[in-house]
Amino acid sequence: MDSEKIIETTKLTKAFGDFKAVNEISFDVKKGEIFGFLGANGAGKSTAMKMLTGLLSPTSGEATVAGFDVFTQQEKIKKNIGYMSQKFSLYDDLSLLENIKFFGGIYGLSKEQLNERGNTMIERLGLSDVRNKLLKEVPLGWKQKIAFSVATLHQPKIVFLDEPTGGVDPITRRQFWEMIYEAADNGTTVFVTTHYMDEAEYCNRISMMVDGRIAGYGSPKELKSDFNSENMDEVFVKIARGENYKLQ
Amino acid sequence: MAVIEVKNLRKSYGEVKALKGISFDVKQNEIFGLIGPDGAGKSTLIRILNSLILSDEGHVSVMGKDPNKQYQYIRNHIGYMPGRFSLYEDLSVKENLEFFATIFGTTIKKSYNLIKDIYQQIEPFNDRKAGALSGGMKQKLALCSALIHYPKVLFLDEPTTGVDPVSRKEFWQIIKGLHQHNITIIVSTPYMDEADLCDRVALMNDGEILRIDTPQNVASSLGKTLYALETNEGNYKLIKALREYPYMDSVFPFGEKLHYTDQRENDISSELNSYLKDKGFSKISIERIASNTEDVFIRLMNNQKQ
Amino acid sequence: MFDRLKGIIKKEFYHIFRDQRTLLILFGIPIVQIVLFGFAISNEIKNVKIAVLDLSKDEHSTQITDKVLSTSYFDLDSYLTTFDEIDDGFQKGRIKAALVFPPKFGETLRKENKADVQIISDATDPNTGTQIGSYLQLQVQQYLMEQELKITSMPPPALINTEVEMRYNPELKSVYMFVPGLITIILMLVCTMMTSIAITREKETGTMEVLLASPMHASIILLGKVIPYLLLSFVNASFIIALGKFIFEVPVMGSYALLIGEIILYCLVVLALGIFVSTVAETQQLALMISLFALFLPTMLLSGFIFPIENMPLPLQIVSKIVPATYFNIIIKSIMLKGATLSFILKETLILVGIFFLLMGVSIKRFKIRLE
Repeated sequence: MDSEKIIETTKLTKAFGDFKAVNEISFDVKKGEIFGFLGANGAGKSTAMKMLTGLLSPTSGEATVAGFDVFTQQEKIKKNIGYMSQKFSLYDDLSLLENIKFFGGIYGLSKEQLNERGNTMIERLGLSDVRNKLLKEVPLGWKQKIAFSVATLHQPKIVFLDEPTGGVDPITRRQFWEMIYEAADNGTTVFVTTHYMDEAEYCNRISMMVDGRIAGYGSPKELKSDFNSENMDEVFVKIARGENYKLQ
Repeated sequence: MAVIEVKNLRKSYGEVKALKGISFDVKQNEIFGLIGPDGAGKSTLIRILNSLILSDEGHVSVMGKDPNKQYQYIRNHIGYMPGRFSLYEDLSVKENLEFFATIFGTTIKKSYNLIKDIYQQIEPFNDRKAGALSGGMKQKLALCSALIHYPKVLFLDEPTTGVDPVSRKEFWQIIKGLHQHNITIIVSTPYMDEADLCDRVALMNDGEILRIDTPQNVASSLGKTLYALETNEGNYKLIKALREYPYMDSVFPFGEKLHYTDQRENDISSELNSYLKDKGFSKISIERIASNTEDVFIRLMNNQKQ
Repeated sequence: MFDRLKGIIKKEFYHIFRDQRTLLILFGIPIVQIVLFGFAISNEIKNVKIAVLDLSKDEHSTQITDKVLSTSYFDLDSYLTTFDEIDDGFQKGRIKAALVFPPKFGETLRKENKADVQIISDATDPNTGTQIGSYLQLQVQQYLMEQELKITSMPPPALINTEVEMRYNPELKSVYMFVPGLITIILMLVCTMMTSIAITREKETGTMEVLLASPMHASIILLGKVIPYLLLSFVNASFIIALGKFIFEVPVMGSYALLIGEIILYCLVVLALGIFVSTVAETQQLALMISLFALFLPTMLLSGFIFPIENMPLPLQIVSKIVPATYFNIIIKSIMLKGATLSFILKETLILVGIFFLLMGVSIKRFKIRLE
């Protein structure tokens, strides 16, 4: 694996008044890595993710994403990343093709690029029959896969996935993860948050946030042995209950 | 005695068939789990049982009453916690609880014995607005509200969705604790690993029940020998290689490892090992393991599709 | 059962008093509206700037000019010397009317006992234009009559003295019309919009699901939603009447008991309308849109508050007949300004009662005890 660092943060902090939502977090993500970003609701995950995607200005610290500074080059960051979340992904009242054209257009793809990549994507997902159907008529399980493909249509260096598999059946979840593997295999870096602790184990490395700080950081194997746990669920519980984490 | 009886229950929303003729029953004092993904029909089923939605077809009886007709009796004797914690965010913890107590014609005091263990965990935040509580605390407050009138049957619709593992664990301990109060509990969840915490479960997908049994029996009903595989390479390469293996029956990622079943019955560890070696993998670990609910669910879902 | 109702009412008051936006709509809108309508928007004739083009400059023309300018209605902008200056004054917006005396005005009047005065008024705003015109005319005529009396000490036979009395509102104050109108509109806005939003909000947050799954009867849920807003609306109406009485000196000629009774009746009608809206709309946004565009605007425009119903084309007149505010507008004006008793407004009252039962019946039927 290429060890080039594509995301690097040093003591990145976001404060809202006195409250530090994100408190001096330092970590890095390597190119082509699947990086899991875990934590309870309110632990600071979304705030950290918003800073990394250029939606929110940090209070202090340093961070670069795809080589761009999160303080000054937010617009360049946005051009080089893809984003998908369970809550917002695609427009239900547009057809599959219209969604592809709209989102591709946002990222400045030319008409030829849109046609070519759109068609390849539709073929690869085996969706030729539904290309002109409104998205709300497409089965639930497909939507997540389509959303992921659309988010990577402009071939971003990094794709941010926010709870992409919530409520999805186990087969579709696994198909989804295979798409993530494939993207990572092609050199795209994947930054993913999830509530499913077994999914955390699909990641190459993970970080776990508690109260705005990173309380666990490493590969799933390392974390499991560090915390003397059988699975990530146990690791999470131990970290959240404040058991000391030995920094490497 | 069956507290809930369902026979051949059907429900459609226009073209969409939400429930395609399901049957099951729930015994007195049981924790009965409805396990399945979004769109399986779990919420529709719960809402039919608690009289919020009319069924199209089939027989339903809750505590011996028909929810389509005798809904008043049912509403008096059930507790219901919907998928979104239905709390008034601009009301404090105490105000919420007091409100739910009054609409059920009771008081916090009268129900204190039942909710004590849960309420004590949120009581320090009595004056805090519900909107300012953490997910885990909202969940506990919602549960207290649903229990305030000593219901005989408690319906919990995805109570642990989106809640962190610590709160999930605590919540299940609470549910187990309710056993001693003689409450029958119907709980739905998309997390397969929570099946093990129920007395009996129904695996649901696409409006059908795939299997009903105790979690132990469900987990062991795979009918195939299951192997967990791991090598030096990433799982993606390993999946690709295994898909090309002519005897492959199924392979999918599971945590850090891959779960694999073979078309042949006998132990194929060594054969598979040499196949993978030929493909250039090293540090190959092939282990026979016991299947779990999720393995079974995946297999049943595949059968359902065919 | 009573405890449950009390509980739900208490909870509703928590919602209202904790949400600043709700409070603002409840109490801010009435104040803003009454200040706007009372002070800023006024179609009274007061201190209107006029110009005088006196080509005669004799005894009579100066006396008429003085008489006109001595009233509080008109202020002099300037004396002009040519006709062109009149247009200039209108276009620059300096003047609203001009009074023109032809040459030899006094002489003609003496010799022929009749003379022409030209009154030119700016009719870009037709209502005020006409009003200014007739006011000026009135002043001139009065002067002429006084002159006749002085000379002959007997009114001329051909001249008919028309005396116009502005009954109920002798000073033609627009506040008289706006205060009752505002009560109509604000009660409509508060009751309909707030109740429909309060109910749809519970649908949106999912709390309605819990209420429905409880043994509470649907009518208790609805009553619990209606009573707080009924009380608040009543406070609101009293507030507007008090503002009208003490600041703008709008009298209440009729009985307060009747007024209160009619206000409560109207509140019930519009609350029922709010409940009806909430049975149609599933979201707060939709409830707001329906309240504003389907109910509030027609009420404002068609109830006779702004435009007289008699002047509307027939289809709009028919629509105005089904707007409850139309009837309440008649009722409240009659009570406040004319001192009417119930027998005079019995028809309108009965129509409102009818509308109330119709809406309530439909709403209760439509309000579902289940989801979907």
